[in-house]
Amino acid sequence: MPEVKKSDDGVQIDLIGGERMSGKTSMEKIRMILDSVHEGNIVILEEGLAPDEESKLIEVTMAEISPDEFSGIEIETYPRSKTSDSGFLGRLMGRESSGSKLTVIGPANQIETLHKDENLISALISRK
Amino acid sequence: MGLFTGLKQSIRRVTDKLFTSEEPKRIGIYGPPNAGKTTLANRIARDWTGDAVGPESHVPHETRRARRKENVEIERDGRTVTIDIVDTPGVTTKVDYEEFLDHDMEKEDAVRRSREATEGVAEAMHWLREDVDGVIYVLDSSTDPFTQVNTMLIGIIESQDLPVLILANKTDLEGSSVQRIRNAYPQHETIPLSALEGENMDEVYTKIAEYFG
Repeated sequence: MPEVKKSDDGVQIDLIGGERMSGKTSMEKIRMILDSVHEGNIVILEEGLAPDEESKLIEVTMAEISPDEFSGIEIETYPRSKTSDSGFLGRLMGRESSGSKLTVIGPANQIETLHKDENLISALISRK
Repeated sequence: MGLFTGLKQSIRRVTDKLFTSEEPKRIGIYGPPNAGKTTLANRIARDWTGDAVGPESHVPHETRRARRKENVEIERDGRTVTIDIVDTPGVTTKVDYEEFLDHDMEKEDAVRRSREATEGVAEAMHWLREDVDGVIYVLDSSTDPFTQVNTMLIGIIESQDLPVLILANKTDLEGSSVQRIRNAYPQHETIPLSALEGENMDEVYTKIAEYFG
């Protein structure tokens, strides 16, 4: 990552398929995401991250924040449907979550979420 | 097995597993920056021990390292619940030192504050995975609760099977809407309060005893 040559006057978007992430460890996934975001890219994950991986992503992001260089990430995920079986109640009742969700991650100083609802994420991406 | 019977039994299994020993349970107070976590921690600590946990401020990330108040004994209906309160820094995915410059801070102080804040958030995330037995999740009821960080954090807490009590704080503020929080996280009970004014703390203590005792 990244496989596409970066343009000086554009913003690169990496759409990462679920299959590409499936064989990786949590830290390999987080490294792939943050390396790309550090380069100013926007990462879109077809299948998102597990809760434990989201927790580690925040932890590692915090360790890499540096004044005037990297101020962190913006992250948006399609919310799970309130009527779905995922989440605490679903697990209590023995129903497994599909885990399928789409996640957008970008540099905090370049991406601003304009709108989000259950099936639309609008983001403004600036070139810096 | 009916839905509610199954739910009840499952909750009992989780709480029985967590609360069989006599050791105080570590209850982490989590939530976004400026939700009133330290004000709540101080209110609980003062009410039951007479001491505060840490300084409160309107400046984001005033709490930059987790602070613990041990052996807080809460009495409810003749029972005593003993907990360690862990007040954590506000969880976020970004920290920009420039936001502190708006609070009459020199750059050097702002950079130091942001470094401490990032270390504190990383520590709080680590503790959430490893070191707390239950969570009090504090939200500012005058702001939109449906943020990515809140959704992620509550998802992380749920994935750990930790008991979580959601508090809708700052009900004293204009624009406060407890219902907005209930709508955002309907899978959890939401308790309204004003930690600053001490309003509805009786119900908060009853729920703490119920969830963590």
